[in-house]
Amino acid sequence: MIVFDRVGKKYDNGHEALKGVSFTLPPGEMTFLTGHSGAGKSTVLKLILLMERASSGTVSVNSMNLNRAGRRDIPALRRSIGMVHQNHHLLFDRSVFDNVALPLVISGFRAPDIDRRVRAALDKVGLLGKEKLSPLNLSGGEQQRVGIARAVVNRPPVLLADEPTGNLDPALAAEIMDLFEEFARVGTSVLIATHDLALIARYRHRLLTLRAGELVQDIGSDAAAWVDGEGDADGP
Amino acid sequence: MALDRRTDVKPAPKPAPRGGASVHEVRWRDRLDAALDHHRASARDAALRMARQWLTSLMTVLVVAVALSLPATLYVVLDNVRALAGQVEGQAQVSLFLKMDVDERAQRALATRIGQRDDVVKVDVVTREQALAEFRAQSGFGEVLESIEGNPLPGVLVVQPASVAVAEQVREALAKEPQVDIAQLDSGWLQKLAAMLAIGERLAQALGAAFALAVLLVVVNTIRLAIESRREEILVVKLVGATDAFVRRPFLYTGLWFGLAGGLAAAVLVALLVAWVGGPVQALVTLYGSAFVLAGLGIGGSLALVALGALLGLAGAWLAVGRHLRDVEPA
Repeated sequence: MIVFDRVGKKYDNGHEALKGVSFTLPPGEMTFLTGHSGAGKSTVLKLILLMERASSGTVSVNSMNLNRAGRRDIPALRRSIGMVHQNHHLLFDRSVFDNVALPLVISGFRAPDIDRRVRAALDKVGLLGKEKLSPLNLSGGEQQRVGIARAVVNRPPVLLADEPTGNLDPALAAEIMDLFEEFARVGTSVLIATHDLALIARYRHRLLTLRAGELVQDIGSDAAAWVDGEGDADGP
Repeated sequence: MALDRRTDVKPAPKPAPRGGASVHEVRWRDRLDAALDHHRASARDAALRMARQWLTSLMTVLVVAVALSLPATLYVVLDNVRALAGQVEGQAQVSLFLKMDVDERAQRALATRIGQRDDVVKVDVVTREQALAEFRAQSGFGEVLESIEGNPLPGVLVVQPASVAVAEQVREALAKEPQVDIAQLDSGWLQKLAAMLAIGERLAQALGAAFALAVLLVVVNTIRLAIESRREEILVVKLVGATDAFVRRPFLYTGLWFGLAGGLAAAVLVALLVAWVGGPVQALVTLYGSAFVLAGLGIGGSLALVALGALLGLAGAWLAVGRHLRDVEPA
């Protein structure tokens, strides 16, 4: 569950990345977030992860008001969020297994449990059998899938993804989207930031469009606007 | 909420007979065990990283070792000098040369009276005759005495004060005795030695503090570099929700290992030094007919040195981590 209430974000250099953005992502909903680069997509993700703090308005995640969260609250917040980073953020001096296991180790799971869950997550992204390799020996798409496995291994109530299918071929991208939908079905709030119009069109989930920091479009999954809504998603 | 979900997805074991408390207990134990797992993993990982860059690590350990062994050596030297001084302390004595007209009976009476003082342990009587006989036997100037008429030597009382500290006080008191001609303190040099020892001790403490600071700074710098070189990793671990304690742990172990290894090496260095100097020192004290044996740090001292090293390493790591880990934040 993520709630943005009239959220504004002004950076120290004066750039106003978000202006009065409001939306609610209920549990079990899958939502696309789109817009030009610089429209504020990354800022939204950063505010949810408390990598940045809102300048005005309120952000709350899993009924935790992030305005009031202190430094000490950040780890617990981040443990409740699975994040797929665009640049993967993998540890190249550790094996695929250790990378995926990281959230579990941090959350205090023990070895047999970790083993089972990591294998299950790697199985879901089609990387079972590569757990002993270094991420360096994997292709870009495979690295991305390691990042996805790491994001879901902990079964977090919130799943964020920044261009998760960017490096994947269509068949694989479809599998990953199915995986995300599966998570949404069991109650996870899934937010996917992407430029990929084809993907957005094919899956027809709720769509948030940002333009110059403002939320200019919020189309529900069953809205009639979808008939011609696709073209507006990324502007001209 | 996160906690709830986590318990949700765990395959439910046997349902606990009465919910709450026992489940909590298991989870608490699980968390403790997991924390211990991570301690073990961090400790091993820190050691492996040191081993992988063994040359750099060796340098750091040696710097720590040298910095620790210098004040430790000074301590050993002082300790030995103190022991040596202690051995001679028993011989601190006041010699009372009596006036020539004091006869043997008066001499013994005086000795008995002085012997009753609280600050005096023992009084030896050397009569004029004994003094003469001794002089004849030992000085080699026996013939000279033949040419002198009568006995030129005075009666002597050798007084042993209770301690070096009161020796001067005893001498002053006894000098006032009318029958005493000269009261001479034979242990004046011992008091000077004690004063010098006190100076040496202060010096050792100051040097010890300075070198401890040096060790601390070396470790701080080493850990700072380690944090810098693992910046990416720290960012990633923080992004997936690691607590400060989790991020800190491997670095604290790194500091601990450097301090521990440095302390061990310092203890070995001091032991080698004592062994190296021991032979010549033995030869020297044998010449003086003393039974003095050069002492090293001993087991207790060595352990204390290792513990000190470990403590300084841990403290240095703590300082570095507190100072630099906050700077590494994902943005």
